[in-house]
Amino acid sequence: MAKILTAPDMGKCIGCYSCMLACARFVHGDYSPHKSAIQVRTAGGMEGRMVADICRACADPRCAAACPTGALTPRRGGRGMTYRPKLCTGCGLCVEACPIHVIGWDSDEERPIVCIFCGQCVNYCPHGCLQMVEVGDAQPAVRAAEASTAPADQA
Amino acid sequence: MLTKPTIRVLYVDLASDKVRVEERDDLFHLLGGTGVAAALLEENMKADADPLDPAQPIVFAIGPMTMIYPVVTKTIATFISPLTGEYGESHAGGRLAYSLRHAGYDALVITGKAAGPAYLSIQDNRIEVRDAGPLWGADVAEAGRLMRGMHASPGHRSIMRIGPAGENGVRYANVNVETYRHFGRLGLGTLFGAKKLKGVLTIGTHHWPIKNARAYRQAYDEIHQRVISTAAMEKYHELGTPVNVNPLNAVGALPTRNLQSTRFEHAPDISGEAFGEHDLMYKRACAGCPIGCIHIALLRQQFGAENEYEIQSSYVSYDYEPIYAFGSMLGIGTRDGALRLMEAADRLGMDAMESGVVLAWATEAMDKGILSEKDLGVRLSFGDANGYFKALHLISEGANETARLLGLGAVQASRHFGAEDLSFTAGGAQGVAGYHTGYANIIGHHVGSRHSHLDNAGYSLDQKQRNLSDEETVDKLIAEECERDFVTSLAICLFARAIYDRETVRKALATIDIQVSDEDIQRTGREIYATKLRIKQKLGYDPTKVKLPKRIFETTSMNGPISPARVDNMLQIYRERCAALLAEFTKT
Repeated sequence: MAKILTAPDMGKCIGCYSCMLACARFVHGDYSPHKSAIQVRTAGGMEGRMVADICRACADPRCAAACPTGALTPRRGGRGMTYRPKLCTGCGLCVEACPIHVIGWDSDEERPIVCIFCGQCVNYCPHGCLQMVEVGDAQPAVRAAEASTAPADQA
Repeated sequence: MLTKPTIRVLYVDLASDKVRVEERDDLFHLLGGTGVAAALLEENMKADADPLDPAQPIVFAIGPMTMIYPVVTKTIATFISPLTGEYGESHAGGRLAYSLRHAGYDALVITGKAAGPAYLSIQDNRIEVRDAGPLWGADVAEAGRLMRGMHASPGHRSIMRIGPAGENGVRYANVNVETYRHFGRLGLGTLFGAKKLKGVLTIGTHHWPIKNARAYRQAYDEIHQRVISTAAMEKYHELGTPVNVNPLNAVGALPTRNLQSTRFEHAPDISGEAFGEHDLMYKRACAGCPIGCIHIALLRQQFGAENEYEIQSSYVSYDYEPIYAFGSMLGIGTRDGALRLMEAADRLGMDAMESGVVLAWATEAMDKGILSEKDLGVRLSFGDANGYFKALHLISEGANETARLLGLGAVQASRHFGAEDLSFTAGGAQGVAGYHTGYANIIGHHVGSRHSHLDNAGYSLDQKQRNLSDEETVDKLIAEECERDFVTSLAICLFARAIYDRETVRKALATIDIQVSDEDIQRTGREIYATKLRIKQKLGYDPTKVKLPKRIFETTSMNGPISPARVDNMLQIYRERCAALLAEFTKT
C-alpha cells in the first residue's frame, strides 16, 4: 500500500530544520533547504508556532490535472502523485495549480520540487513530529494521526 | 565558499551606501568564524580611534561547515568593544548563519555611520541600506515585528535588531537575533546604535549542489546520530543550562547578592528543575541544530493586584546565566521575578549578565550610602524585582546622570564612585559569569580574549582538576582557548564541542574538499589566538595592569579562598606565555 507524509505532531517541533535539510540533500542533491519539498517555518516569528508546509497528497491531485506532459500523474493505489522528471518540460503549471502552494520551484533546474513520499525527512526528525502513513482504502487513519496531540507514550 | 577555496567578504559602508565583494584567498587557511573575523577586524580597525568612531568596523563571519553539518549554527562577530575598549568577540545562533551561507557570503564587514536611522537589507546579491526612521525607538520585539512586516518574504529570513539601550549608548547593549538569541556581553548593540544601524535583515536563497554525496551522507549521518543520541548533549536539551543552579549552589559557587555569598537560600526555587516543572513552555532550535537548547518559559502576569483573572502572558527564553544575573545575584528567589527582568532586558536590548552585575553592585552601593536613591530615581533592594525592573528602563533610556553612569558597565560605574572593590568583575571589563569556582575561573575570565567563561572554561577546570600548580592552570587555560578558537573558527556551537573531536572535524571537512592535519588544527588554533593577543596589544590591553576587585578575594570560592599573590603569579606566567606565542607568529 502507498504511503504519504503527514505532520501529526508539530507541537513537538523545535524548528531545527533537519527534515528540510535531509530532503534537500538526500533527495534533491543540494545543500540548500530551499530545494526541499517539506518547508518548516515559524508562523508569526519565533514566538509563534512551528508549521510544516507539506504535500497533502490529494485524492484528486490538482497538480497532476494541470500537467500537460504526463510528468505528474495521480498515484496508483494511493493518494498523491507520481513524478517522472524525464517527461517534465519545466512549464510550472503544477506550481500554479496547487491551491495551498506547497510545490516549490527549482530555478537552477527549472523543475518543480515535489514530494515523492520517500520518508527521508521523517528519519531525521529528532522528535517524531512527522510520520509516514499508509493510505489507499485506509484514509481514516490519516485523519486520526493528524488529530492526535497526545504525548508520544500515549500516541 | 563551498565552491572554491576562498573567503567571500561583503563590505558595506553605511556612510556612502557603497558595497563591494572581495574573494580573499589569503584568509582561507583561517577557515572562518573566529579566525577570519579576528583577521578582518585587525586589518580594518583603527587602533587609535574611539571604539564608537564611525570608521570602526563590525565584522561577522561564518565557517566552511556552516549549515552543512548539524550544530554548526553560529555567526561570530568581532569589533572593538565599547564596554572594554579592547577586543570584542561574540557568537550568536538563530538563522543568521544559515541566511548568510545561502546569500553567498562567508563574512560581512560594516563600516561608517548612516546619515539617519537605517537598516541593512541583504537579499542574496541585492544589498541595500534602507530607511529605519519609523523603527527608531522601538523595542526589540516591536522592531522585529515591523521588520518582518516590511519583508513579506517566504522562506527563512534572519532579523538582527537593537533596542533602546543600543540607541541610547548603554555600553552593554546586545544585538538580538531571531528574538531568542543574542550577540551579547561586549556591547555590539552599542556599536550598531552609534552607526544608526537599527538592524540587519538577511535572506539567502542560493543553491549549492553536493559534490561528494556518498562520503558526505556518511559523515552527516554519523554526526547527526551522535548529536541526537549521546549523553554528551543531554544537559542541553533536557533541563538546559539551568541544570547548573542546584549543583553550583550546593558546592558554594553560586554568586549571591553581589557575591556577598556563594549560596542562595532560594536556589531550589530558581533551579532548572523548578523552571522545567512549572514554567517551561516549549523549546526551540537554531536552524540546523537538532538539539533544541532554547528553553522558553511562559510568564503569566496579573494586570494588577485587584484583577485576579485579568492575565497577560509572554514567552521568555531562559538559561543559567540570566538566572544567576537576575536571580541569585540580585537576591531574587522567584522565577516570575527573574523572568520579568529577563524579558525587560531582552526587549530593551541589554546584556543580562552585565545588567545583573551592575544592579547588584548598585544595590550594595546604595545600602552603603555610596549611591543615592534620589539620583537614580528608584530604590534598589536585594529581592525587589519591581525596583530592578524600573532601573533597567532608566538605564536603557539614560534617564539621568546616575543611570548613564550605570550604563557604562560595572567596572566604569564602580570606579566612578570609588567603589570598584565591591564589584564582581574581571579583565577590567565586565561582570563575571555566574561561577565562583576558583583560580581557573577568575584567571580564565580575566585573560580570556572576550572575558567569557566560554573562552577557556576555567569554571570547568576548577571543578575537574582542583590541585593544579600555577603553571599548569595557565597552560591548560591557554591550550583550551586555542582548541576552542579552532572550533569556533568552524563556527561550531560550543555546546557540540564534545561531538566535534579532531577526527570528526577532519572527516567532515574532507567531504567539502578541505584537508587538514592534526598539526594544522594545532597551528591554526595558536595562530588565531596569537592574532587576538596582537589585537589586544594594539588596543593597549595588558591583563597584569588591571586590578581585580577585592570582593573576589574576600568571598571564598568553591575551592577555597583566592590569594592575590597567586593570582599575580599566574598573570605573570600568562604574560610570559603570551610573549612567546606572539614571537612565534609575529608578522614580518
